Amino acid sequence: MSAEVERIILAGFGGQGILFLGKVLAEVGMRCGKHVSWIPSYGPEMRGGTANCTVIISEHPIASPLVTVPDTVIAMNRPSVAKFNVRIKAGGMLMYNSSLIERQEFRDDIRLVEIPASEIADELGNARVANLVMAGAYAKFSKLVTYDEMVKALPNLLPAGKKELAEVNLAAFERGYQFVKEKKYMFGRYVYSVFKGL
Amino acid sequence: MADKVLMKGNEAIGEAAVLAGCRYYFGYPITPQSELPAYLARRLPEVEGVFLQAESEIAAINMVYGAASAGARVMTSSSSPGVSLKQEGISYIAGAEMPCVIVNVVRGGPGLGNISPAQSDYWQATRGGGHGDYRTLVLAPNSVQEMADMTRHAFELADRFRNPVLVLSDGILGQMMEPVLLPEPATYDINQKPWALGTTAPRKGGRNLCSTIFLDVELLEEHNWHLYQKYQVITDEFAKGSLKHMAVETHEVEDAEIVLVGYGIISRILKTVVEKCRKRGIKAGLVRPKCLWPFPSQVLADLAAKTKQFLVVEMSCGQMVEDVKLAVDGKKPVYFFGRTGGTVPSDFEILNEVDKLVRPD
Repeated sequence: MSAEVERIILAGFGGQGILFLGKVLAEVGMRCGKHVSWIPSYGPEMRGGTANCTVIISEHPIASPLVTVPDTVIAMNRPSVAKFNVRIKAGGMLMYNSSLIERQEFRDDIRLVEIPASEIADELGNARVANLVMAGAYAKFSKLVTYDEMVKALPNLLPAGKKELAEVNLAAFERGYQFVKEKKYMFGRYVYSVFKGL
Repeated sequence: MADKVLMKGNEAIGEAAVLAGCRYYFGYPITPQSELPAYLARRLPEVEGVFLQAESEIAAINMVYGAASAGARVMTSSSSPGVSLKQEGISYIAGAEMPCVIVNVVRGGPGLGNISPAQSDYWQATRGGGHGDYRTLVLAPNSVQEMADMTRHAFELADRFRNPVLVLSDGILGQMMEPVLLPEPATYDINQKPWALGTTAPRKGGRNLCSTIFLDVELLEEHNWHLYQKYQVITDEFAKGSLKHMAVETHEVEDAEIVLVGYGIISRILKTVVEKCRKRGIKAGLVRPKCLWPFPSQVLADLAAKTKQFLVVEMSCGQMVEDVKLAVDGKKPVYFFGRTGGTVPSDFEILNEVDKLVRPD
């Protein structure tokens, strides 16, 4: 991952907290002293439809906030992989929610990171924090957002009526972070090989 | 960047308006600008202001007319179809010389079009979609920071010139979030406006009147030439006076063989294109009008003597390109590339256009 700029597209079902996840990354990037931008897809969406947003975190001022070729795609559901997989930069990363996305023949020129985000969220007793599991996993890879700032910022980012969810959100973040730290995730070509039965 | 807050463009406009002393907002919801009235519906009551969701855009702009004539700092906002509805009121406000700020978060047209970002209201904004010989100042931000800064400036300009000021943005700028350093609050006193109907300052004889009707042809002609002279003053201020810094931004134009021209969100994409061009050895530069009326013609005219060609990029079928052609006056070729209907051109396709022009074979 580049140490100067991270261009991320996040995508999933409406209701999976995609826009919030993007906002968390952008906000924490800002608090880490980086330049950031966040653009939602705001088409006429419906509940259960797809949602995505684009986040850039950069050491330098951001010229175009639009991203054609992302460094990372965080995919929470199957249609998101279908839509954004081809656009990832060669050598980039596809981080996906393996609870909802089965192994398949992914590209072999990108890094694959498989996180069972929905299962981890269920274990925590709140299916809706799968997005924060991904935030934790991403924070472990990122060169620009730090674990400390994330933990500090997270409780403040929850909307006024949802402050009581701070604990479970932080727990989800921690689980995602540790999952990557302990290298429990499927990684790189290994996934590809498993799929091919090699 | 410690003091910055992460905000949507629409919200940044709302907060900047409050900081500029705006205490009255009249509007009607429409995507992609609805976060702005939503923000002010919550925020204005906190500062003893008035938020009113009108029964229509037409009602809203006429409420603005009323509040402006009373001397208040007042704003309305909408997106393309809603701004079309406001045009009659804007003509009256311009004719009566009432200061106000109008925000257009442009979406795809014509008609209902769609809710995706577009720049197809350039003609309407810069030529005036209403009737009569009038002009409105048009500011074109390209970041959430500028959504705030230019809104703040818009109120100052409106009062200074007694003229409506448009802030022309688009769906991306309205919806995107970036860190913003909010402007300092303004001190505003209604008695700074001796002409206002609501002033309590001593008046020079008689009552204050706010009107656009001049049945006597000589009086209307006199009024129109008076407006014209005011527009000349505004034009001069932006071209070489105290507002020069707000007119235009240039980037890498000194040795540029091809000058890209774009405003708003497009100018951000063009900056990336210029960087990529330079890495590939193509001497590209960027001219980005920050103010669309008055248009920074002189900067383009001066560059026409130095560069080889211009490429105008817009999210329309080509509107600002006409102003660029007028400024360049046939001295160098002016080409156009546009995407429309809510489509945003990628840096790659623009780079491809530049390639075709710079290396025709």
